[in-house]
Amino acid sequence: MARPLEITVNGKRHRVAAAPDTPLLYVLRNELNLQGPRFGCGLAQCGACTVHVGPDPVRSCVMPVVAVRDKPVTTLDGLASRYRAAKGVTDPIRLHPVQEAFIEEQAMQCGYCSNGWIMTAAALLERKPGASDDEIRKGLSGLKCRCGAHMSVLRAVKRAGKAMA
Amino acid sequence: MTSSNPVAARPSHPITRREFLQTAGALVVSFSMPIPGMAATEGSTSATGRYPEKVAADRLDSWLAVNADGSVSAAVGKIEAGMGIGTAFAQIVAEELDVPVGRVRIRMGDTATTPDQRGTGSSNGIIQGVPALRSAAAEARQALLAMAAAHLGSPIETLAVHDGVIRVVDAPERAVAYSALVGGKRFEIKLSGTAIVKAPATYQLVGKPVPRMDIPPKVRAEYVYLVDHKVPGMLHARVVRPPHAGARLIAVAPEQKITGLVKVVTRGDYVAVVCEREEQAIRAARELRVQWSNPEPMFPPSYDALYASLRGTAPKVSEVQKGATGDVDAALHTAARKIEAEYEYPFQSHACMGPGCAVADVRTGDVRVWSGGQKPYPLRKAIAEMVGVPLEAVRVTWMPGPGSYGMNDADDAAMDAAILSQAVERPVRVQYMRQDGTGWDPKAPPIAFRLRGGLDAQGELTVLDYEARGFSGRIRPNGTETAGDALSPQLIGGYKAGSTDLFQYSDESYKVPNKRKTSHIIAWEQSMATGLRTAHLRDPDGMATCFASESFIDELAAAANADPVAFRLRYLANAKHVAAVKAAAERAGWEARPSPRPGNARSGVVRGRGIAYAPRAGSIVATVAEVDVNMDNGEMRVTRFVTAHDCGYVVNPLNLKGTIEANLIQSMSRAMHEQVLFDATRVRSVDWLSYPIVDMTEIPDAIDIVVLNNQPEVESKGAGEPSTRPTAAAIANAIFDATGVRVRRVPFTPEALLAAFKAPGKRA
Repeated sequence: MARPLEITVNGKRHRVAAAPDTPLLYVLRNELNLQGPRFGCGLAQCGACTVHVGPDPVRSCVMPVVAVRDKPVTTLDGLASRYRAAKGVTDPIRLHPVQEAFIEEQAMQCGYCSNGWIMTAAALLERKPGASDDEIRKGLSGLKCRCGAHMSVLRAVKRAGKAMA
Repeated sequence: MTSSNPVAARPSHPITRREFLQTAGALVVSFSMPIPGMAATEGSTSATGRYPEKVAADRLDSWLAVNADGSVSAAVGKIEAGMGIGTAFAQIVAEELDVPVGRVRIRMGDTATTPDQRGTGSSNGIIQGVPALRSAAAEARQALLAMAAAHLGSPIETLAVHDGVIRVVDAPERAVAYSALVGGKRFEIKLSGTAIVKAPATYQLVGKPVPRMDIPPKVRAEYVYLVDHKVPGMLHARVVRPPHAGARLIAVAPEQKITGLVKVVTRGDYVAVVCEREEQAIRAARELRVQWSNPEPMFPPSYDALYASLRGTAPKVSEVQKGATGDVDAALHTAARKIEAEYEYPFQSHACMGPGCAVADVRTGDVRVWSGGQKPYPLRKAIAEMVGVPLEAVRVTWMPGPGSYGMNDADDAAMDAAILSQAVERPVRVQYMRQDGTGWDPKAPPIAFRLRGGLDAQGELTVLDYEARGFSGRIRPNGTETAGDALSPQLIGGYKAGSTDLFQYSDESYKVPNKRKTSHIIAWEQSMATGLRTAHLRDPDGMATCFASESFIDELAAAANADPVAFRLRYLANAKHVAAVKAAAERAGWEARPSPRPGNARSGVVRGRGIAYAPRAGSIVATVAEVDVNMDNGEMRVTRFVTAHDCGYVVNPLNLKGTIEANLIQSMSRAMHEQVLFDATRVRSVDWLSYPIVDMTEIPDAIDIVVLNNQPEVESKGAGEPSTRPTAAAIANAIFDATGVRVRRVPFTPEALLAAFKAPGKRA
């Protein structure tokens, strides 16, 4: 019998009941009851399921859960607390600058896809806080928003970039 | 059976409505006055799980409650489609009641506890939701003032309200809070309809940019969407749709070993798998070995063939719109210059961000369905019919889904959840895979147009003839009212949608001496139970009809060598329409000259601008698009939109801005990219590669919005759809301005543009 599968999500260890090849998304949603990543396509084409594995944005709908057994996973549910811990922020309601900017800019319509934009933008800006307009557009290329909230999303990510620079 | 319901034994036959009502009378009465502030779910279901036929719309308690903590809960028979209408509703209630907006909670679309306003559609959330909530809140305020007058021993005229506390104006220490008067209790009054609402000039909250209340929980991943809803003992299901349109189920291979499989449900040509876990259901649906028949092709093999068939098939019904003027045929005959053009608009998919999802728990006498569809009230009837129970046994609770733009696949999923829960006698969650969502959701219908017009010797427009030939646009009706309106009952067999015909007219106010509009509806019954059923998609038919109509006006302007704005203004008969076109042009810095733009090169990137306008149900939109077009590879980008928008008084300008921007981007996506691919046997658009939509790299540099007639005394009209309408035409007109080439078929893909640039004789 192989050792039980455990993963670390938002700083906590969890034992996984699902089969090792189960896409991470279903473990996060159904076993851990997290609400950040959502199913959009199951094909890594839309980004609604994006999580961070280490510092990198990853499409959890196609990532087998076993592939992250030794890597820290962060979801939108845990993005703010990871940011606070990294920055030594004690205010418990303080959000990640990208989250703050999404509120400031009212950067969504239905919000079903917002997880993908926030998580991808957070990873992008953490790597390159001063990203240009063009770099932001290209960095967010491929993510889908069916409602068409792109204008507000772009404003929000630029605002966050300024705040993080 | 996992039911904890003491009376959950399944009857051998459906109980009749009469039997049902004989045992349920008392409960119906108690349910007719729910307190909206009470828990909407378990707390308000009775032991026998029976629900009122209708929430009493004439009772104040059906609409509004003051909770013990002083917060206010209001109920409305509308839903949130993703534009933030809940916050607008909260503003209305807070305004009339004099409570802080943050203390108002809005509940929507629960057939057991919110009044039946049918749900949302036709951009009517504000139009119908606002007056209902405004008058309910005014009645509540009036009742509370009367209670306070008695409580404080001071006449109503001496009292004032601030933040939910009523005070004697001259003795402010004499005060009582709403919550002390009625907190947690019912008003027990009938709506009089006579309560005086506030004068618009005094508004403190309405008309203000109140930030959306749903956004902070959404960015914190705390907002509960329908997809997050879990019921104890819930199983997971996926559907297995036929591989070809019209394919019949022959057999499912027996005895397949599939992990976690609870049941393979087959009925007629309907196949679904139910499993313990979600990932198991996904795998089971993929691995299930199913044998299907190989039917004769049901669809035209291509868009060329489709449009030819629309033009060549005898219509099932035709109509000339009322209000035709003059003698069109004679005027066309005698016109100094006659212009004719054909336009084509394809099938388009809702392609919602999340494919259809629903949860159902079907028990005897208590059928619960959690659905993301826009019209939960009619859906309840369809569910009752399918499950075989009286209406009073069914409660449909709307929960937020992905943004929805009309009749998408949400109701289909709700029907699946109910069918499958009944089959396995457990609660079931079903979510479609992307191929089910894009491949099988109901589609906006294609339309083929022919427009003809004539100019006299002076270049004046003397005749305008509009002719649309489209599929019966409601193969999937506007609202799921019967079981057959949803997909799976059609696959099961014996159920048929209540298909309706809706004529496809453009809307504008051009005054032309000879003018006629004809709409032909072509039968499309063979699309029933296929991925090419037609249905409402945002601004149903509006983008298509405006694309044809406003492109053609542009062609006429070019033929008359006139500036496109000036040409429109010459003929527009409605002052508000004139104002919208002028406002858009002015804000855009419109340079008055005919199109195409003189001096544009035949290679490299060229620039152009175009305008289009349309009224929609009392709202008016005029949009200017500025585009860059690469003549060498056909790539086109809208660099800027300018939109003048008149929807009367704006409840929340922040929401309006977000809604208009998103309408423009979504409709730009539909104009640039979107066409459902199909061949003779099946839909080939099944994911985001085969049904591409707009990308962040393509969005404009700026969107400028001019809001017109935003005065408190002007009635508020809808904004959910109108700014979708002119976009395709505005872009096509801009492409013409830039390139001198007229594109008459949506979408304007690089391949299509390049082909148009190279086609001989296309250039103006």
